[in-house]
Amino acid sequence: MNLSRLARVSDFEWRLEPSGPMRVPGVLFADETLLAEMDDKVTEQVANVAALPGIVQASYAMPDAHWGYGFPIGGVAAFDADRGGVVSCGGVGFDISCGVRTHLTGLARDEVVKARERLADALFHKVPAGVGSTGPVRLDDRRMREMLTGGARWAVGQGFGSERDLERIESRGAVPGARPEDVSDRARKRQEEEMGTLGSGNHYLEVQEIRELYDEAVAAAFGLRKGEVVVSIHCGSRGLGHQVATDYAKRMLDAARRHGLSLPDRELACAPIRSPEGQAYLGAMRAAINCALANRQLLGHLVRQAFRSVFGEKEMPLLYDVSHNTCREETHEVEGAARTLFVHRKGATGALGPGHPDLPDDLRAAGQPVLVGGTMGTASWILAGARAGATRAFASACHGAGRQMSRTQATKQWQGREVADDLAGRGVLIRCRSMRGLAEEAPGAYKDVRRVVEATVAAGLARKVARLAPLICVKG
Amino acid sequence: MTAARWEHFEHQADVGLRGRGGTPDEAFAQIALALTAVVTDPDRVRAERPVELRCSASDVESLLVDWLNALVYEMAARRMVFSRFEVRVEGSSLQATAWGESIEPERHRPAVEVKAATYHALAVRREPDGGWTAQCVVDV
Repeated sequence: MNLSRLARVSDFEWRLEPSGPMRVPGVLFADETLLAEMDDKVTEQVANVAALPGIVQASYAMPDAHWGYGFPIGGVAAFDADRGGVVSCGGVGFDISCGVRTHLTGLARDEVVKARERLADALFHKVPAGVGSTGPVRLDDRRMREMLTGGARWAVGQGFGSERDLERIESRGAVPGARPEDVSDRARKRQEEEMGTLGSGNHYLEVQEIRELYDEAVAAAFGLRKGEVVVSIHCGSRGLGHQVATDYAKRMLDAARRHGLSLPDRELACAPIRSPEGQAYLGAMRAAINCALANRQLLGHLVRQAFRSVFGEKEMPLLYDVSHNTCREETHEVEGAARTLFVHRKGATGALGPGHPDLPDDLRAAGQPVLVGGTMGTASWILAGARAGATRAFASACHGAGRQMSRTQATKQWQGREVADDLAGRGVLIRCRSMRGLAEEAPGAYKDVRRVVEATVAAGLARKVARLAPLICVKG
Repeated sequence: MTAARWEHFEHQADVGLRGRGGTPDEAFAQIALALTAVVTDPDRVRAERPVELRCSASDVESLLVDWLNALVYEMAARRMVFSRFEVRVEGSSLQATAWGESIEPERHRPAVEVKAATYHALAVRREPDGGWTAQCVVDV
């Protein structure tokens, strides 16, 4: 990226002054190396978002930002409905409410390593993954509607997991304001058999060792002990969410035209929050968020079953479940006044700081767990919302490593077998359904997640709590 | 006469699809093969069962997005993959038949599912040699 357009605020914060149609500045959080490696398109996309009606404060990019459709991945932007603000499906992304959840196992690394092959097989057998796989639940019309409004709460009602899990899911397991009637028949049809499936691409299920702790007090509050094992699931709203995004990308292009919004890029398609199209998208998108929360709750149940088949009865409490592709209605203080805003986070997680009223009681002092997915070969991280978090980028943080190489190029560079062997040499056992899919996800195709995390922490967006190293990785 | 063919082009996070042919019909059929190739090798897919599709849009580029999204939907909802396509493009509408079979993970070894076609790098154009190109990036 050409840095000449950016003003250095600190070593980890860069500012793009408003010019042309920009209504607010752009703010990029990253160190100079990460920034230099970013595509110039990121600045362009940050500027495009800054020009949308009703945007508040700034158009933000997280340290893992890269080029996206319309909004950059790693983009955060908030809009005020009272000031003509818009909602954009390009600001949420195609995989609505894609996210990560982490369960504690209480098992020591050695116990898991001893049973590693058996556990990997059990997980691979139990959790449906890959193209064309079907899940453990079929949804008829009535159950579909209940799921779309009830989210993970519905899943718990069906016997998948416990009430206690809901406390550890954003929005207590279900976002309000879902409108199943605004979810198309096609979107429902795509989901009929996909509940409780992992999907493919960059989605994964990983058994991880807690390799390092950086904040003993917060780690204790999170239940993290060095040398113990956790399980993380990275997945989203499956076919339903993809179809909702497809449907509304088209509808919002028409809506933008009708409402006289000029768009430099069709992927920025949006509609005023206070318009029938904006409300319909919000209702459908919230239903898709609930679908993702229900889906991850089902996956969590299947993972627990797989662990029980190897280790016997285990509670495996949920540490937390966070989404990183959402638009949420939140209250934030802007220039001394509390305002209700529609915060788009696309490839960015919420990161509530200590004391926030939305946190469950037992996490309030520590702050929200921020789950950052890494690559198969390196590490994942657990962070906590920063004390100053609420005032920085509307309490947001990074979400993962971010790709730096195309899939086509990755398959030219590596073969799946070679990737699996290399990871086995580093102590990571792989179970996957497609060797080409594995090559496309080779660790070398991603950015250095440690750098992303260090920049996130240094920029004051979150605090470092723990580093996780993969032991088993299951891919679609 | 432009030879009908398809290819993938580089894109940082996702995959670019391109179809070429002597007519828009051929270019649309070829880009559909490129879509199948994201998931599996089209040569492994038997053209056994036909599925009829119709799309209409405000312009021919949006029609291309709709066409690919219609195929993404049929692949997901029917759990099928397709390997033969007949497409009739008329203005900004089309009628098509796609032939394929149910997906069999053991035989097709599907690598990745396609979430949606996007409006990025979208083009339907006539080339100087008289042939037609249809291209689009899909989110995987």
